Formats: sequence, C-alpha cells, structure tokens
Amino acid sequence: MTVGYPILSTLIWLPIIAGVIVLFAGRNNPRLAKWLSLATVIVTFLLSLPLWFAFDRTTAAMQFVEKLDWIPAYNIQYFLGVDGLSMPLVLLTTFTQVLVIASAWEVIKERVEQYMGAFLIMQGLMTGVFVALDAVLFYVFWEALLIPMFIVIGKWGGPRRVYATIKFFLYTFFGSVFMLVSFLYMYYQSGSFSILDFHTLPLGMTAQILIFLAFLIAFAVKIPMFPVHTWLPDAHVEAPTAGSVVLAAIMLKMGGYGFVRFSLPITPDASMQLDWLVIVLSLIAIVYIGFVALVQHDMKKLVAYSSISHMGFVTLGMFVLYDILQNTGTLQGAQLGMEGAMVQMISHGFISGAMFLAIGVLYDRLHTREISAYGGVVNVMPWFGFFAVLFAMGNVGLPGTSGFVGEFMVILSSFKANPWYGILAAFTLIIGAAYTLWMVKRVIFGDIRNEAVAKMEDLNKREFAIMTALAVAVIALGVYPYPLMDVMHASVEHLIQQAFTSKL
Amino acid sequence: MTFEVPNLAPALPEIVLLTLTSFLLIADTVWSKRCAHCTYWATQITLLVVGWLIVSSFTTQTVVTFDGSFVRDTLADVLKLFIVATSIGIFLFSREYLLQQRSYHGEFFVLGLYGVLGMFVMVSAYNLITLYLGLEIMSLALYAMIAMQRDSQKASEAAMKYFVLGALATGMMLYGMSMLYGATGTLELPKIAQVIASGHADQAVLAFSLVFIVIGLAFKLGAVPFHMWVPDVYHGAPTAMTLYLASAPKIAAFAMLYRLLWDGLQLALPDWQGMLIILSVLSLIVGTVIAVVQTNLKRLLAYSGISHMGFVLMGVAAGDAEGFAAAMFYIIIYAITSVAAFGMIIALARMGHEFDEIEDFKGLNQRNPWLAAMMLFIMFSMAGIPPFIGFWVKLAVIEAAVNAGLLWLAIVAVITAVIGAFYYLRVVKVMYFDTVEESKPAEPITRELGFAVSVVSGLLLILGLFPSWILDLCYRSLGVTVVG
Repeated sequence: MTVGYPILSTLIWLPIIAGVIVLFAGRNNPRLAKWLSLATVIVTFLLSLPLWFAFDRTTAAMQFVEKLDWIPAYNIQYFLGVDGLSMPLVLLTTFTQVLVIASAWEVIKERVEQYMGAFLIMQGLMTGVFVALDAVLFYVFWEALLIPMFIVIGKWGGPRRVYATIKFFLYTFFGSVFMLVSFLYMYYQSGSFSILDFHTLPLGMTAQILIFLAFLIAFAVKIPMFPVHTWLPDAHVEAPTAGSVVLAAIMLKMGGYGFVRFSLPITPDASMQLDWLVIVLSLIAIVYIGFVALVQHDMKKLVAYSSISHMGFVTLGMFVLYDILQNTGTLQGAQLGMEGAMVQMISHGFISGAMFLAIGVLYDRLHTREISAYGGVVNVMPWFGFFAVLFAMGNVGLPGTSGFVGEFMVILSSFKANPWYGILAAFTLIIGAAYTLWMVKRVIFGDIRNEAVAKMEDLNKREFAIMTALAVAVIALGVYPYPLMDVMHASVEHLIQQAFTSKL
Repeated sequence: MTFEVPNLAPALPEIVLLTLTSFLLIADTVWSKRCAHCTYWATQITLLVVGWLIVSSFTTQTVVTFDGSFVRDTLADVLKLFIVATSIGIFLFSREYLLQQRSYHGEFFVLGLYGVLGMFVMVSAYNLITLYLGLEIMSLALYAMIAMQRDSQKASEAAMKYFVLGALATGMMLYGMSMLYGATGTLELPKIAQVIASGHADQAVLAFSLVFIVIGLAFKLGAVPFHMWVPDVYHGAPTAMTLYLASAPKIAAFAMLYRLLWDGLQLALPDWQGMLIILSVLSLIVGTVIAVVQTNLKRLLAYSGISHMGFVLMGVAAGDAEGFAAAMFYIIIYAITSVAAFGMIIALARMGHEFDEIEDFKGLNQRNPWLAAMMLFIMFSMAGIPPFIGFWVKLAVIEAAVNAGLLWLAIVAVITAVIGAFYYLRVVKVMYFDTVEESKPAEPITRELGFAVSVVSGLLLILGLFPSWILDLCYRSLGVTVVG
C-alpha cells in the first residue's frame, strides 16, 4: 500500500516541526500561533485520510511500511507501519487534535505559543506510538510524550496541578521502565528490536510470565487499571480541558493498544495463564470504580472515573478469549470480544473527549467544576443541553450511540466466557446510567440554581462546530459500526491466532 | 652503554601540549598586565592545535613507545579528542565566570592545560608508573585551581578536602600498584596480563592489590562509599572549577579504569566484578536518594553525578568489551551534559550571586523562555527521557548489564532512574510552574555565553536523535564489532 508521500512519517513529523515553528513564531503573537496550529492540525487530518481509503482490508500485514536503519550498533530501525489495530487509532488522534486545538481558542491566554506548540508536538509523538514497529522507537515516542504532557498539566492546570503532573509523570515512567528491560531481554534473545520479530520469538514460561507482568505494569498504568489508576483522576481534574481530552481520548488508548500489540502476541502462554488477573482487575475497575464515580462532586472527576470504568470493558474484551475457547470450544466469541474492545476504544475516544469538552464549555463560563454550582443549564443553554444529553447517553451506552456497540459486544462475548463476567459487566450499565444521568439531572435540568447560571450564554459558533463534529462521530459509529469493524477484521483474526499459538 | 631514542611520534600531542603550556606559564607572567586575555586565547589555540594534531594522525593501530610505558591506540585518540573538546567548552565558560567574579587570573588556564596534559598521560598510560604520573599531574593542577580563590572560605575548605581525600586515594592506589608489582614482578600492563595468564602470580597478593586499586579508582570517580568529597567539593568550589571537575577528568578516569581493569587485569575479572557491582548498586541508590532532598543545584548535580557513576560502573561490571564501550559512551555524554548544566549556572551567575540554588531558577520560563527550554533539555537528558541522548546512554549500559546476565542490576538501575526523575522534574517544575512576583528578565552574562549554552544543550537533543555515530565510535575504539 502506498500513497504519494511517506504518509506515516508525515503524520509524525509535520505536527512536530510545525510545533517547533509555532514555539518560535508565535512568541508575542498569539493570533499567529493559533492560526498556524489550526492550519497544521487540519492539514494533518486531511493528510491522514488516505490511511482509511487506501487501506487494504483483506490483510493483516503491516501497511504503509517505512524502514530505515537508525542505530545499526543495536539493530534499531526507524520502522513504521499500520495494521487494522493501529490505523483507526491514528485517525482518532488526528481527528481529536483538530477539536483540541479549536477548543483552546479563547480559553488559553497565557503563553499561547507554548500551549499550542506542546499539543502539536504531542500529536506527532502520539501518532508515533501507534505506528512504531521497532520496540525502541516505540519506547522513545511513548516516553517523550510525557515531557509535553508534564508541562501542559503543570502549567495550565488547576490548583493542585503540580502534584498531579509529577504523579502522572512518575507513575507512567515507573510503569514503562520495566517494559524497557523486557525489550532489552528480548533483544538479547533475538538480536532484533523489531516488534514483528518479537512476535515470533520463542520464549520460556518463566520469561514469558516476567515479560507479561512487566508489560502489564506499563500498560495498566497507562489505561489505567485498578489499583494503579489513582493518577488519572488527579491528572484529569487538574489538566486544562484540552489536556483532559487528549489524555482520555488518546493517551489511555495507548495502554489498550499495548496489550494487543505486545502482551497477547509476544507472551501468549503467559497471557493464557494470567488472564484471570487482567479479568479480575477489569471487573473491579468496571464495578468498583463505577460506584466511586457515583459519589463525585466534581464533574471532571466523575468523567475521569467513568473513563476508568469504561476502559475496564476494553481490557475485559481483550482477555476473555482464553475462557471462551475453554468453555465453548470455538473462537467465534473471541473475535467478537476483541473487536468489541477495539470499537470501545474508539468510541470512548469520542465520548470521553466530548464529555470533557462539554465540561470545558461550562468551566469557561463559570470557572467551577462543582456539580452543585450548576442547575438548570438547559434553560439558558438549550443547544448545549442537547449535546450534553446526547453525549451522556453515549456514555451510558444507549443503543444508537457508539457507546452501545463496543460494550454490547464485550458483554456478549464475556457471557460466553463465564456468565458471571457478563452479569457483572452488564451490571455497570446500570451504575453508568446512574452516575451519568444523575449528573445530567443536577447540572442540565431542574430550575436555574443561581444568578451566575442565569447569565450563561449558549454555545458560540466554534463550540457548536466542535460539538457537532463529535455528535456526528458518536451517532455514525453507533448506527453503522460495520466499516470500522471491517477495517480491523483481518488484523483481529491474525491477533487471535497469535494469541493461541504457543511459544514454548 | 647505548642510549636509544624512543619513538616520539605517538606522543607528539603530549609533547606539543607540554611545550606550549610551559611557554604560556612564562609568557603569562610577562603579558598579564598588558594583555589580560592573551592567555585565554593562547589556551584555546593550544587546545585546537593539539586537537588538530590528534585528528591528523588519527590511528587505528596500537603503537607502544617509551619502552612499553606509553600507548597510542584508537581509544586513546578518541578519549583525548573528547577531553580537548570538553576542555575548550570549560575554558570558554570559565573565562566569563572569572571575569564576572573578578577573579580572572591567567594561571587558571595554564593550570587547566596542565590538567589536560595529566589526563592525556592517564589515557595513554601503559604501565603503572605512567598511570600514576598522569594522575598526579592532573590532580595537582586541580588542587591548585580549586584553591585559587584564596579569600573564599568555602573554596579553601573544598580545596583542602579534595586535597586530603585525593591524596589518600592516590596513596591507596599506589599501595595497590606496589602489591600488583609484588604479585606479578612487572609494571607494564600487558606483561601483568601475561603473568596472570601464565598462573605465576600470587593470588592472595593479587586480590589484595585489586582491592586497593579499585578503592583508588572509586575515590577518583566518586563512587559510594568513597563519595564523601564529591558534594562538598562541587558545592564549595567556584562554579568554573566544578565544571572542570565534573567533566573532562571523568573521561580520564574512565581511561584509567579501562587500562587497569581491562588491559592489565582482565583475567582477574571474577575478583573485581563483584566489587564493581557493589560499588555500582550503592552509588545508584545512595546518589539518587540523597539527591532528592537537595536544595542547592550544584549539590544536587553532585549527588546525581554519583548515581551517574553508578551507571558507568554498571557498564564496566558487565565485564566485557561491550560493557566498557557502553560505559565509555555514558561517561563521554555525562561529561558533555555536565558542561551544559554547569555552563547554564555560570551563564546566569552574577557577581555575588551564584545562581546555584534551585530557587534561583524560579519562573525562568517567564524570565527567559529560551534558556528555560535549554535547561529542560539538560534535566530531561540527565533523567534519561528520550529523545535526549541521556536515554541512549542509559539504554546502552542497561543493555550491557542484561547481556551479561545481570538482570537484577538492570532492574535496580531503572528503579533508581525513576526516583532520580523526581529531582530533575522538580527543577523543571520550578522553572515552568512557579511564578515570580516581579519578573526580572534573566539574561546570560554575555550573548556569546547564552549561545554557547544553547549549542551544548541543543547537542543533547541532536545527539539523541542521531546517537549512532558516537555509539559506533565508542564501539570501534574498544574493538567491538558493530552488527547490522
């Protein structure tokens, strides 16, 4: 598969270079910084579209591959490529970034060029994470991403931002160093850092278990899974709106992506042996964190906990496949669960991003995220009320929204694995509805609570455009998810086959 | 009795350096009144000439001269070039600092050059006496340089500490060398290796000598538990001296480590490997943990330097040529990063205000976003976050340790790296997230110095994006074949 330009490199480096230019050119000229950034993200998004249209849906092989020697001494390569698992995530990144840059338009007043530059650089690095096929290259992008995010949360965040950002950085850094040691160990075994070579590298059981656990720490922190989730509510609450959106919509997906790109294919036997661990942690996340979300007073915190709970579905869907085979003897359900998990990732990207943007809209007007400070918003902001309720329904998982598709597929397949998983997972749909709708009731509906709310203005054109784009995405994916599943079908099949091929 | 003139050609850079430096020593007294900056420029020219001499006669062979006491090989040439390069940077920063502090003396540069000469001799030493000679030439120059600010109590104290402990360390090392001579009957490193290989060496004496030699080396590197002098000296010495201490001599110390432990005592590997592992683990843990509570940037960098030495020793402890190559890569980059870090402190220092407290960096992003970004580069590079070069050096030594089967050591190292990230992050936090009430712009002393800091810091990023050539250089100079 080729298009006229090295598409993956362009998607990585165009935003990074533009980000650096914005840092220099935008100094003392915030207007220029904003327009330049917006132009960059739009161009990048348009340039990323050929990924979707020129993608070969019949193969699980890597496409749009680029390969150069980078560090011959260690056989490290600049090796890029996408398959059905990573391509949708790349598009999610380029799409979300357009909204993220647009959302900061009037809100950020201090050091605009640094803010915009940081987000552009982050975009390139996030794309790099999803397309890197060399483990060290992957790690470089994965870690480098921490630097701009650290600055963004710490500089433009809320009152406890410094605590939150250092916690965010150290948690993630701690998680990933063990992954690095695993990479080195596998390099020592195979003489290559290529992820595709790791996929076929035979490994003993002990080695597999240790590598699996190292990966689990790295990815569990990022997703985040119970009990290493505590950085997320802090980081989300303190981050500026766009920071929360990028965190929720894209960065959390990197953890889920890690499981399908690394854990399952590289350590299939250990995954089979330790799948219960992931499943239990996922169920705890789904149920327990759902209850935690119920009692939050802060809207952002509530959505942050709801994110953890929803990401629980992703990890659940990814790891039920072994139980399914054991109980039903077929792999059909496994495919359903895995695809459900992938769809859930994309859908959660849209919905959580939309929720955070909606909260951002309220925050820009009243400068508080306390649920109790609002009430009756729909009376003064009818359009906002419309979108907020729509996204809330997506969060609840109402049929017709994208939230329903992934969760339904995961629950269906987990019933096949073990009815109890299914019952527990389905149970959260009720909790999810409870905390989301209760928030909607208190914030959007009811009587106008106070004068500040009465003075709030409805969405302006910019906000309206952002909300519309997300609403279209949520509904389109909810009504007709087939194209997305079609894209990932071959890759998921291949992944499941890898996950069942013993490496001992 | 016949007297044969040894082959002088391999030692030409040293000979030229010695001649020019000695000339400068006299010239400085003559022209110091009239032409204050002549010594500085002459120093830089001397270094450039020496650097050019090395490049023009760059060798890939091993040539031994002076009756087996002096060696010139690729390793020596590469290390000398890096010593010259860092020294040029050191003198560049030092000059502005000394002018600013009104303690500008030509002797500083002349002594500095003698220090470089000592390092050269250490790098090329092929017998124990030459090694000791080089070490002493370097150390004496350093003692004098630290003590040059006579009226500063802190500097005098630092000089005293460095002198007493340094003398103790050299004493230890000399004692170890004498025992090594006793065990093997020779001073030449390759012959020592031969004697050990033949099995004629007295094992007990050999083991004892190793203990003393390793202690001496650990003192010089500043590895725990022989690190006590490091923070006090780094903190107390004028920043220009700290810059010198923390960079070029470390490269020379690596050469000493390599010559002794690999050229001479390779077969005693099982004896010294364990000691180095202990030193490495202790340095990693102690250096990192104590650095967390520091409020002074120079002290912080001193403790973080100790933990960096732990990483270097980890590479060496891997006990193969690849490990040494990784350690060499690490120490060269460490020297460059030190130039950047202390150069930053120097660039922002003012008369009577050292700019070495972490608090001084408060709100730097507000006051000078460019320099703040450069400091960010330095800090993240030291923390080992990609894409900066600091990541690759850590990767190299950890890879060496994993290859040597020291997986647990690699895990200790990465955990300390995470703890270490905390204090680098704190500096970034102070620069970016804290705000100062009245925002005084923080300007470098001169434009040129600001530019120099930017070049060195920018190098950390550029090398990080293209680390291959310097890594290959280290591999080649230690004779490790590069795959791929």
